[in-house]
Amino acid sequence: MDSKRSGRRRFLKHAAGLAGLAAGAGRSANGQSAGSEAQSKDVHVHGEPSHFATTSLGRGVRLRLDHMTYYTPLQDSAGIITPASLHFMQTHSSHLPDIDPQQHRLTIHGMVDRPLSFTLEELKRLPCVSRIYFVECHGNGSSTLHSTNDPKMGLPVQYIHGMTSCSEWTGVPLSVLLNEAGVQKGASWLVSEGADEGKFSHTLPLAKAMDDVIVAYAQNGEPIRPEQGYPLRLLVPGFEGPSSVKWLRHIKVVDQPYMTWNESMNHSIPRPDLGGKSRWYHFEMAPKSVITRPSGGLKIPSRGFYEITGLAWSGGGVIHRVDVSTDGGRSWKEAKLQTPVLPKAHTRFTFAWVWDGEEAVLQSRCTDERGEVQPSLAELYKNWGITDVASQKTARAIHINAIQPWKVDRDGSVHDAMFS
Amino acid sequence: MRCSLSLLVAVAILAASVLGLAQSRPYNLGTPLSEEEIRNFDFMVGPEGKELPPGRGTAKEGAETFAKRCAVCHGRNGEGGAAQRLVLGGPGNPYRGPFKDTEKSATSYYPYPTIAWDYINRAMPANKPGSLTPDEVYALVAFLFYRNGIIQESDVLDAKSLPKIEMPNRNGFVPAVPVWPPDPKKPSWF
Repeated sequence: MDSKRSGRRRFLKHAAGLAGLAAGAGRSANGQSAGSEAQSKDVHVHGEPSHFATTSLGRGVRLRLDHMTYYTPLQDSAGIITPASLHFMQTHSSHLPDIDPQQHRLTIHGMVDRPLSFTLEELKRLPCVSRIYFVECHGNGSSTLHSTNDPKMGLPVQYIHGMTSCSEWTGVPLSVLLNEAGVQKGASWLVSEGADEGKFSHTLPLAKAMDDVIVAYAQNGEPIRPEQGYPLRLLVPGFEGPSSVKWLRHIKVVDQPYMTWNESMNHSIPRPDLGGKSRWYHFEMAPKSVITRPSGGLKIPSRGFYEITGLAWSGGGVIHRVDVSTDGGRSWKEAKLQTPVLPKAHTRFTFAWVWDGEEAVLQSRCTDERGEVQPSLAELYKNWGITDVASQKTARAIHINAIQPWKVDRDGSVHDAMFS
Repeated sequence: MRCSLSLLVAVAILAASVLGLAQSRPYNLGTPLSEEEIRNFDFMVGPEGKELPPGRGTAKEGAETFAKRCAVCHGRNGEGGAAQRLVLGGPGNPYRGPFKDTEKSATSYYPYPTIAWDYINRAMPANKPGSLTPDEVYALVAFLFYRNGIIQESDVLDAKSLPKIEMPNRNGFVPAVPVWPPDPKKPSWF
């Protein structure tokens, strides 16, 4: 009863926070986290951050009729792990499901010898793995996100690239569950369904499911949080975010891609290079990197030494190298990669820089283990046959992994220079 | 001779039992589901429409339901509302592309006729998903397909006729059917 009541209170607080943020043009004016109101100077709630440790831009949220998005404050990130409370979230439902884990079941059915239903307890008895993987929304860094608010300064890195996060995920390998159910001959795909109101569903190739996919119940050492799919989610390493179905309840093994509404509509892209036809799936997220500090919206306090830092990641595996340019791409030097450098995970890079007080354009470019190099915006659009400059700002809302330039002005202010 | 024969039988029994073990559940966890239990939650409908339930509906019936349950967000005729546009083209005049990014929400963009049925049935209306009867869903799909110029106003949609409808944009996707991995020479995201 108590836990139910506090759960409801939390939800109300969440809803009130959203309403306030929606009214405040999509950005929190004060940078404190939602829990901070609970702590006065006399009372410290165990686990809460110091009330001095506010993010520079607040916990980003943007609301649309059919989307609710929280962005990870990348400008304040350190290392490669995103705390669960700061992991980005995008959902197509109007509010979060409130799932009692005692009642929750995961079913595996369709083309299997033994259709099975699992409780959370049973899943936790099975062999588990813990692995560090990024999750990135395929709409991250979309061209429409650049320069949408302030035409001069542009949006900060949080609101352009903050739909990528990286955590340690713990759970049962999906292959263990599929073997338990016995996949039948002829099966080649599976389709998963979440318990959210929108019944978010996504198709996955069986070969990937048997490879490295996790049915996760924990994130960074604690139960997955409601925003991330409590009590259970799929974690599909390296693939576009929507593959990792949250609030997971049904997995159906089938013999063809189901092409659910989200997949057919939202997640396919009409492309000029394909004669206007659409590519259905892009599966893996392409190699991408971004300088997180200094980045748009921040200010460099003075001339002199400044360690540039950022993140690189690739759905294709390990990041092999990152190069940084401080002169708008005329020259590039190799950045240092911080360990650990893990496959399909954020990799932290650093680059020593002395600012001379003059205008500068900072950018990073990564290469993954397959030798795939992060493209410039021009290269990316050339690949897709988008030649018309005017349409570049609105074209192609997903799978943008272009190099991100940040322009430093003489006064030290940094802003988005993707389209300038 | 007899000795070697019994040895052979013993080996055969042992092999059979090992094989049997390999085929059974390695951890013996999870509860088996009956066919009836599966029917109660197996609502995800694939392109062939195998999971479609009994029921029927026409565009005329769907127009009434649409006005009551959908028009508030999607506009009177499936366009011009606050929520996504559902109609492109018009009765007798299907839109065949090219589709701009914002036009992908129109029903005429979908590659298979079952997609609209599946999504409306499980996820709509947004304020009360799962509250529509199968007849209402068939009728709403008929209404949207009629408004998009895909079927006639008098056509009856049911589990048999719906999957057979040829969508105007069926050939608007590359490759014809998704594959993994997509192309050995290119990364999947290219």
